[in-house]
Formats: sequence, structure tokens, C-alpha cells
Amino acid sequence: MVDALRPPPKKHPTRRSPVATPPPAPRSRTGIFFTAYAARGEFRLQKCEACGAVAYPPRDICAKCWSSDLVWTPIAPEGALVAETMLHTSTTPYFRDRLPWRIGAIKLAGDGPVVVAHVHADASDGGDVRVFARTDKSGQGVLYALPEKDTENMADDHALREITCDPKHRRILVTDARTPLGAAMAKAALEAGAAKVFLGVAQKWKPFDGQEALLSLPNTEIAPLDMADADSVTELAASIGSKVDILINTAQFVRPGSAMNRRDLVTARDEMEVNYFGPLRLLQALGPIMRARGADGANSAAAWVNCLSVFALSNRPAFGLTSASQAAALSLSQSARAEFAGSGVKVVNAFHGPLDDEWAQPLPPPKVAPEKLASDVVGALRKGLEDVCSGDIAKDIYERWRENPAVLERELALTNLAD
Amino acid sequence: MGASRKRQSYDGVVLAAPVTVPYRRYSKDSAHWWIGRALKMLGDAARLGAADIDGFVVSSFSLAPDTAIGLTQHFGLSPRWLDHIPMGGAAGVVALRRAARAVQAGDADVVACIGGDTNHVNSFRDMLGSFSRFSQDAVYPYGSAGPNGSFALLTRNYMKTYGATREDFGRICVAQRENALSFPYALMKKPLTLDQYMSARAIAEPIHLFDCVMPCAGAEGFLVMRESTARAQGLRFVNVLTAIERHNAFPDDMIQYRGGWTLDIDEFWSMAGVAPGDIDLLQTYDDYPVISLMQIEDLGFCAKGEAKHIVRTHKLTVDGTFPHNTSGGQLSVGQAGAAGGFLGLVDAIRQLTGAALGAQVKNANLAAVSGFGMINYDRGLCTGAAILASGGSDG
Amino acid sequence: MSLLKDLGEAVTSGSVKIVDLSHTLDPDFPVLVLPPEFGQCQPFRIEEVSRYDERGPAWYWRNFSCNEHTGTHFDAPVHWVTGKDLPNSSVDTIDPSGFVRSACVMDFSKEAAGDADFVLTAEHIKSWETQHGEIAAGSWALFRTDWSKRTHAEYLNLKEDGAHSPGPDAGAIRYLIETRNVVGFGVETIGTDAGQGGHFDPPYPAHTLLHGAGRYGLQCLRNLDQLPPVGAVVIATPLKIKAGSGSPLRVVAMVEE
Repeated sequence: MVDALRPPPKKHPTRRSPVATPPPAPRSRTGIFFTAYAARGEFRLQKCEACGAVAYPPRDICAKCWSSDLVWTPIAPEGALVAETMLHTSTTPYFRDRLPWRIGAIKLAGDGPVVVAHVHADASDGGDVRVFARTDKSGQGVLYALPEKDTENMADDHALREITCDPKHRRILVTDARTPLGAAMAKAALEAGAAKVFLGVAQKWKPFDGQEALLSLPNTEIAPLDMADADSVTELAASIGSKVDILINTAQFVRPGSAMNRRDLVTARDEMEVNYFGPLRLLQALGPIMRARGADGANSAAAWVNCLSVFALSNRPAFGLTSASQAAALSLSQSARAEFAGSGVKVVNAFHGPLDDEWAQPLPPPKVAPEKLASDVVGALRKGLEDVCSGDIAKDIYERWRENPAVLERELALTNLAD
Repeated sequence: MGASRKRQSYDGVVLAAPVTVPYRRYSKDSAHWWIGRALKMLGDAARLGAADIDGFVVSSFSLAPDTAIGLTQHFGLSPRWLDHIPMGGAAGVVALRRAARAVQAGDADVVACIGGDTNHVNSFRDMLGSFSRFSQDAVYPYGSAGPNGSFALLTRNYMKTYGATREDFGRICVAQRENALSFPYALMKKPLTLDQYMSARAIAEPIHLFDCVMPCAGAEGFLVMRESTARAQGLRFVNVLTAIERHNAFPDDMIQYRGGWTLDIDEFWSMAGVAPGDIDLLQTYDDYPVISLMQIEDLGFCAKGEAKHIVRTHKLTVDGTFPHNTSGGQLSVGQAGAAGGFLGLVDAIRQLTGAALGAQVKNANLAAVSGFGMINYDRGLCTGAAILASGGSDG
Repeated sequence: MSLLKDLGEAVTSGSVKIVDLSHTLDPDFPVLVLPPEFGQCQPFRIEEVSRYDERGPAWYWRNFSCNEHTGTHFDAPVHWVTGKDLPNSSVDTIDPSGFVRSACVMDFSKEAAGDADFVLTAEHIKSWETQHGEIAAGSWALFRTDWSKRTHAEYLNLKEDGAHSPGPDAGAIRYLIETRNVVGFGVETIGTDAGQGGHFDPPYPAHTLLHGAGRYGLQCLRNLDQLPPVGAVVIATPLKIKAGSGSPLRVVAMVEE
């Protein structure tokens, strides 16, 4: 059984912080498909449409029938650990810093192939395991085998924590705690064992609902943060930058309207200011600090979370300009993900439909309760996901976008006519 | 499809001029330099020049961006038959087979077969990271242990399945070290005891330090020609009685416990007209001792899973009852990249021609040589084997 | 013109003191808050362009942006709908003679300290005049509440039912315009109207009446406690913004020692 992870000691005053080094990142182009599914927590392997054989490692031709019609298909997690080894040497600094390291050969159930995977300390040689796909600290897909049944302190396994962003013992910055979403996020992070939650509050002179209740939570601290103010962001980075292990950007500016039913750019600028320039300022001020702390022990910097409208993927005309700013934010997140790659900091995009807040008040259900989004974000961190959808609308739009973005665009345009 | 045509003999084709460019742990020189040095030694040994060597086959991991064709211009060769064999541990036997058929068919008169690699300080890690697409996608990201990780898994499985122990592997390593002590080019020069073997540090359990080869720089080579040519050049030579190769055998085995030799083993022996008991020395590919045990079984020296008895009941040294890896093998000489696939074969030619550089196997007339290579994903894909017999010599 | 020469010497010698009536333009300084479906007043924003670095090795400069009504600011008549048709009513066209005027300071800081919703009436002004004399025509009427000494949330003093801060009723403004013919009305709070001025009749009487009559407003003033009740001269020169409804500005007052 894995020992319970203890709260990390205070940082050593003179010792150099470990430099983040990436596990091997190169993959074949087909292998990147595996990564793309793994990033959202899907374990998919190629299945031959012609003969049904499951192929692994990723390939372009079926080894059984030479068909090239290989379809990425969800795979059952059950498998058996055929052989395992504890590695005591490695050629890459990433693994050398983390030895010993356990890997194994796993026969997936049924007609599944044999896969090499990282293996949890509690999985027994010859025993049954559960295999899942996730991205590692290079942002590339890997397989990981858990013991057949959950064990005590399972999440604390050192190799598992490498591919998750578990809030336990970590310090979280909620960038905008003024909103119900911010409050819900703070609570969810604390419930997940966060050591501290910094509550980002802009314009402290403007009171907000639930202020007292929020401040009465344990292990919280107000962090003055106006994402629209470069100085404020810089000051935040200077004061708590080196203590932010997970950043959750809850700030959002949502307004109805599209280009032709607005008369000016004032609101559009506000949308860009909060949804795009704000995260950009944070990235410039905090990103480099977090990137340098990606291997800094049990409370290393681990994740940069963006709460994004799912209409970042495809414009929703009724909120056309907010959608445009969300698209900018999504594009920024992709840029950030590439910049964080290999640092050990995952960029997590939590896509959601309309939140159940004042801006979605006239909209029909379903709407996403802030608590639901918060719990989905914390769940994604615990699982180490990079893309997660919260709520039915987000799931629906995301699936339709994956299926065919051009069709989705036309469908959303039609909903505008109906509105 | 009709039945396979019977394999044709290698009558009239011989191997001669075994050469080894002395190994070094690290080299600032290029693979071109190492292969070129081997070519020079082959030419000197056979008193042949570029005009005479009209066939050329090369095996190397560290030539990039060049291949065999680039080497022809580099070396001033104008061969009428050329091959490049990226098959690592099986490259020696495969080169032999290709070259022998070329000579037999008249496509070439004299083929220089060379395996060689350099070893810069970083080149082993660089090679591992880009060894194969499957490895890049599905092995290297898991601990980056290189072959140690993959062989640890199949060693673990072999031990569980057949009851082989670490001591059994140790017997292989200890005997080879003894052989290496008299082999001038071996990089390992200190004796090794079974106690030392057993108490070595773990590398990738159950693999420990002395189960692993040491990457180094080096080159090995030999010539393939008609027997008449060898006689004309006054070269001692060996005949090829049989040779097989097989790739990606048993793809559905969950984990590798056998190799492709078993698919062709009956024809292998019947074509040679000899039996395992007739063999005077065996050269297995020993990147890890478990693979030597697997070859002893799959080549028919015992039943599957029984190689542990062979290593327990025989003395495996040059002067023993089961002479094995006479130069000390890669485990004690070093693994010079693709030269590792030639090491046993080249030393077998020396042993059979009475030209051992170190200890000589007494009355060595028949040698079995085996190759194994290319952990593309989770298992070695290439296997090959040959039986060589002492030939005449005008020496 | 020995008057200005004397003034210049007095300022240099310190016998005429310059009092700064402005707040620092700070991104964290409160701005007017409206329900979010309305357009909002943008706080002061700064983006660094270079600071002796690769973006500009020897120089430091920044872009800033804000609303015309951010920080200590000037309201031109065109700011309010009642003044929209007046001639020369935007900051770039109004008569600059209005930028330099004498000022009276009506101190109701005690009243405001006791009542955040203190409403200034004509009676209050008349009572002040009995002590300090009539407000001079063409001067600024400055309303001292010491509100500028509040910071952050206390400054805006937002409650569930809106902001609570002192301001004038319609009668006070009418008196200042019609009876005293002031050039404008200046306050320490975020607007010339009371926090609850939207509920007055007419709503926002200061904005409605002042600007409808072509008068000016000055908001977010400070250091009014350093001015005498009468006798100071205020210099308040808004930026010359094309068609500007107002402008942040540096307001200073000259005070005789």
C-alpha cells in the first residue's frame, strides 16, 4: 500500500529548485491521435474496421488483414499484469530523478493487445489491473495501470501524481472569487485537500455577494487581483507567484449580443479584456514562475485551468461577441499549452454551457450550476485531464464539434434564426 | 500455393578473413571511420583492393544520414552488389546469407560484410530515443530504460514460466568473462565471480548490472567468396552448412519466450546434416543472458525451458564441455552497436580456422552461430542462425 | 499687469500656496458602478510600452486608457442629455475662462460624517452664506464632505439598494445656478449627485440641472479641508478631447497664506 502523502515541508531556503525535465515527447503522427484522446481521459486504441483486430502500438496498417481502415475505439480498461519490472536506471533525466520506477506488460482483456504501461505500486504481478490513458508531463499520451480495486492512498502513488494534478496539498489561485463560480471553485478545491486557496478579488471597493461566507472558509486568503490591470497582476505575481501550484481562471465576461446588435466596441473590449487579455496578463506574469516550478516536489506547479464557454469552439450567435472572445481565450490556451509543454504544468480547459448565473437568467435549462463546474474542474485535476466538458450542453456541443465543425456552425446559425 | 521449394545448399561459398577493429568504450570517430578501418583490415588480410571487392554489405546504427550507398563513395568502392542490413543482432547471419547467395549466383565475387558503430558519449541515448516508431510511441515514454526495460519484462516472465534463476543467468555471464580474459579486444578485463554477479546492483529487476552489455565502439567484418577464390588468395576459410532467418515470428505470443528459429529448426539441422550434439562451439547473441538460454532451447540443444539444465551441468568456457561465446560475447567484450551481431560469427570463423585471438576451442570443426535483434516494440523481431564448418586451407 | 507679476512672485515665494485637489490616477481607484447591462465606466488602465529594456533601451513610457469620467474629473455640459444641445458644451469647445475661477468651500463634513445620505439643500447654502457671505457669481461652489478621506468600499459605500453618499437636492442646485450663477459645482464624492440621487426629483438633479444650464461639475476632489471657505482660486483644465463629455484632470487651487 502506498503511504499517505504528507504535506510537503516548507521550501528549503538554500537548495536549488529542481528544474523540470520532460519525459520523452516524440511520437508518430498516428501516436498523437492516442495522445489527443488521452488528454480528455479517453482510452482508445485502433480497431480494424475490416477484421476487428485491435492494434497496438499505433499504426497505419492492420497487421492481421492489411486494411488501412483503423478506427480509434474506446477500449475496456480491464487487463492482467503479465510481467512487471522496477527500473533502477534510465537514460532520461526525467525518470532518473524519479527512480525507482515501475512499468509492466499488460494483456488487455478479451482480444486486446499487450501494452507496456506505468504501473501503480499496489498492482500485483500477475494480478488484474485497470488501464487508463492520460497525458504525462510532456503532454503526451501514456498508459497507466491501477490495481484492480481502489486501495488506500491510491492517488498518492508518486508515479500517479506525475500524471494527475491532484489539488491535495497544493495551493490554488482562484482568479475571480467574486462570482458564485469563484466561491464554488474555492470550496471544491478545499474539499479536495488543497493546502490553501488564494481568492482573487478585483476592485475590493466593490462588495460582492457571499463575501463574508467566502472569507470565513479555512485556509483561504484574499489575493487582490484585477486581471484587467497590469500592475495588479504584476503585484500578485510578486507576492504569491511562487506559491501558486494550480491556477484556476474563473473570470468571465459574458454578455448577449452580436456585432450588428451592438453599437460600439465597449462591451466587446470588456469581453476581450476579461476573457482574453486578463489570462494573457496572468500568463505573462505567473506562467514563467509556474513553468519553473513544474518539478518542485509534492506541491509542484501542476495545472493552469481555463473555464471556457463551449461556444469558444463554435460561435453561438446570440452571444456572438462573447463567443468570439472565448475563441480567443481558447486559442490562447493552445498557445499556453505548447509553452508549458514539458514543464510539468498542464493546461486544462473546462468547457461549459451557460452557467446558472445572472447572464443566463432568461435562458432555458439545462444550465450548469457553478458547483457542478467546480466539481468537474477538481475532478479533472484529480484525474489529470486536459480537456473536460461540464454539463449536458457542453458535452453535446463538444461532441458535435468533434463530429463536424462545419455542420455545427450551420446548426448554431439556425438557432439564431429561431431565437 | 504449392509447398515450399527445398532450401538450396551453400556449396562452394566460403567465409574468410575474420577481422575485428579493437573496441573502445567511447570514440570521437564516426561510424564511417570504424567501418572503413574494418574494410582496410579485410583488404589487407585477403590482399584484395577496391577493384576486387565487388560486393559490400553494411550494418550500422550510427551512420546517419548515410547508408551503405554513401559509404561506396566515401571508400571508393564500385561494387556490383550492395546491401544495407539494419537488423542489429541478426545482421551478421543475415549478411552472411545474402552475400553467400550473391556469390553463389555470380552477382558478386567477393563481398565484404561489415558491422560497425561508433559510440559517442551521447549516442546510445540518442539512438534509444529514436530507435523505432513503435518504441517511440509505446516503450520509450515508459521509463526510458532502453532495452533493459523490455528485457526485464521478458526475463521476469521467462523465470516465472520455466523456473530459471538468476544464478542460471550468472553462469552464462561468469563463463563468458573467463573466455574474455584471454580475448585481447574485450573491454572487461577483470574476472567475475558468481557472488559478484549476484550482488550487483539492480538495473531493471530482475536484470542486474552484469546481465547488461556495455555500449561501445567497434567493428567486425569478414569476406564471402567462392572457395576457389579463397584458395587462390591463400586464405583459411569456413564452409556454410546451413543458414536461416525469420522475422516477427509468433506475433501473438503475449510476451516473448521463444524466437523465430523454432519455425525453421528441422530444416536447419537436416540441411546441415549434423545434429546439435556434433556442434563444437555455440555463439549465441547475448545482449542479455536470458536470450542465450532461449537460443540454446530454440536451436534444439535442449527442450523448451530446459536450458537451465545445460548451464547448470556444463562448463561453458572455451575449454569446457559446452563452449559458448568464445570471445566473451558482448557481455564481456562490449556491444559495439551492429558489430554485436557479427561478434560471434567472426570469432567462430577464427575458432574454426585455428586462428583464435584468445583461447582456442580444441578440435573445433563445427560451430553454430545465432543472431537476434531489433526490439521494435516489446520483443526481438529478427532471428537467424547458421552452422559453419572448418574448410580446407592452403594457409 | 503687475497683478500677475505679483501672483507669480507670490506663488514662487510660497505666500500663495498651491493645493493639489486631485487623486492619483490609479487602476484601483473606484469608478461609478451601474447595473451591468449598462455601459460601464472604465477604470484607469496602464500598459507598459518600454522601461529601459529591449522594448526601448533608454526610455520608459506607457499607454493608458480610461473613461472621460475616471478619477478626479471634470463634467462638461454635454455629459448629460439636458446639455446636449447647448453650444460649446464639450471640453474642447467650452470657454477656457471657466477653467480658472475663484471658489467657495461649503463645509458640511460633520453632517456627512453623521449621515452618509446627507442631502445639501438651498437652506444649508443660505445658512452657510450667513457666515461667509454670498457665493460670488461665476465661482465654483465646492461641497466639502471629507468623503475623499474614505478609501475602497467605504468610498463608494455600495449597499443592496445602491450607493450611499452625500449630494445636493434640486433646490440647492437651482439656488446655485439661478440665484448665485456659479460656474459649476464640485464634490469629493464620485458624482456631483448623491449616491441615492437617482431617486430624487428630478433624478440626478445636479447633473440634470447643472449641465442643462451649461454649468460644470468637478468630482473626486480632495484636500478641500486645506482651502478657506472663500478666497481660493481653482485651476481645473480638462484635456482638450474632441467632443469630450469630460476629462480626468489635475485640479489645483491657489490659496493665500
